[in-house]
Amino acid sequence: MSDLVNLSLGEMITALRAGEVSSRELTQAYLERIDRFDPSIHAFLTLTPDDSITQADQADRKLKSWRSEPDQPLPGLTGVPIAVKDVLCVKDVRCTCGSRILENFIPPFNATTVERLRQAGVIILGKTNTDEFAMGSSTENSAYGPTHNPWDLDRVPGGSSGGSAAAVAARLTPVALGTDTGGSVRQPASFCGVTGIKPTYGRVSRYGLVAYGSSLDVVGAFGRTAEEIAPLFQVMAGSDPLDATTVDLPIPDINIDSFGGGEAGAPSLQGLRLGVPEEYFVTGIQTDVEQGVRQAIHALQSLGAEVRSISLPHTEHALPVYYIIAPAEASANLARFDGIRYGPRVSADEMWNIYRHTRGDKFGPEVKRRIMLGTYALSAGYFDAYYGQAQKVRTLIKQDFESAFEEVDIIAAPVAPTTAFRIGEHGDDPLSMYLEDVLTLPANLAGVPGITFPVGFDHQGLPVGMQLMGPHFREELLFQVAHAYQQTTQWHTYQPELDFSP
Amino acid sequence: MKLSLDEVEHIAELARLRLSEDEKARYREQLSEILDYAARLQAVDTSGISPTSSVLPARSVLRKDEPRPGLSLEEVLRNAPETEKGQFRVPPILE
Repeated sequence: MSDLVNLSLGEMITALRAGEVSSRELTQAYLERIDRFDPSIHAFLTLTPDDSITQADQADRKLKSWRSEPDQPLPGLTGVPIAVKDVLCVKDVRCTCGSRILENFIPPFNATTVERLRQAGVIILGKTNTDEFAMGSSTENSAYGPTHNPWDLDRVPGGSSGGSAAAVAARLTPVALGTDTGGSVRQPASFCGVTGIKPTYGRVSRYGLVAYGSSLDVVGAFGRTAEEIAPLFQVMAGSDPLDATTVDLPIPDINIDSFGGGEAGAPSLQGLRLGVPEEYFVTGIQTDVEQGVRQAIHALQSLGAEVRSISLPHTEHALPVYYIIAPAEASANLARFDGIRYGPRVSADEMWNIYRHTRGDKFGPEVKRRIMLGTYALSAGYFDAYYGQAQKVRTLIKQDFESAFEEVDIIAAPVAPTTAFRIGEHGDDPLSMYLEDVLTLPANLAGVPGITFPVGFDHQGLPVGMQLMGPHFREELLFQVAHAYQQTTQWHTYQPELDFSP
Repeated sequence: MKLSLDEVEHIAELARLRLSEDEKARYREQLSEILDYAARLQAVDTSGISPTSSVLPARSVLRKDEPRPGLSLEEVLRNAPETEKGQFRVPPILE
């Protein structure tokens, strides 16, 4: 079955349409692989094999009738299995958010992203592990135990969408959904050697995504290549009456093979102005991460891109700004978990004590830390000094990007200062963990889209990633440049060796 | 600046979180460290800079005021820890 799970998304769709493989066979191949390898990786929190097979059989019937009448429309992803990060609601499937406070929550509706993908024909394999309420950079903050990086099981897959990234890297699913509030798609993609897109804020509906930082949260996707995730982006993107922050702009019909819309053929980036922000190469960056990223920039230059050094002078402030704004928003968003309408209740004689005891007992340490931090930053006497000032510095960070995009079309930078670190390495030292996010936070604060893809390995054989950031609503440019790179390099083809036999 | 234990207890109360004595002590250290780090923002000159609460331009989103189906009572209550007669059950909040 290993050949089935190595089909690219494009090959899979072609084979399904041709009737060379059924969706049931594909789905079973992935479920068997999950059975075999996920006990060691722990990418999934919930599997729904019976539902998956039922959905696959429905897809097979659609494919069969389409083959007899090929003029009929067929949804673009019919029969394709995906995995969904466990902060996105899938109707009637447990959604834990990696938290004990939602250990038994069964959503009565689909997230818009999930609904659109189901309409497009996907099969849902299961729900993937995440740091509790997406708060973390390693997936160690999951109440259900960490996910292990398929490249080295002693290491983290990154986070918070670590389950989705690890599942794609280990070929437990062809593609997967994640969310990115401060880097939670891009950093795990980098740590696991896969490709991940964080769309522009407002491009993809947040309806049915359990809210963390509402001015920052974006739903994104993982695959092995830019070519695999572009169709997921296209299905998910677009305005949604159920999320008033979505923007009613046309969704680009992504012609991934051609930068600038020219003829398909040998990739060319002629005319692309590529900015390299020197602030992203400063203190603490691992030598082979810097080398890998600089080599990848050189490769883009060889394809015709004009490389320019740029400055994003407020980059260093992104970390403190984010760790005020995101917890402040979280402290408000997580007020809804109170033991009344959903989740377990820690009983008490008095109403207020139900709140205190349920929240105190069922939230994990990082979530409580961020709720406390956000509550403090919003409290009387500290609001202006912390939250107000952070919002102003956020404006400066946003302006950095606006100025940069007057000079360049796209920005290339490292994703994280290091490759995947060891499970437990940051222990009980939250600030040192937060510093891992220093290079991904600015894009969220400015709302710009980003894509991460593998550009090499470090001296320990761990994947090194690079991120590209673009102007608002220019995701197609990110896909084109990442694709041009992947057309001319092999890094995205490497896979971890999975042989965990005892 | 180090938070006092009273301040930690006050924040926990605002956030409706019951914390153990151990947690209070640990959060006192950790929050102080994080807030010290965040305090470097006070040195950034933001005179004349407006705050950003959303990266998108502010606009009103309106829809027609038309009824449409919502969740059923059963769906709304199915995740609740305690219900009675089609309602969420809680202890008395008025004497």
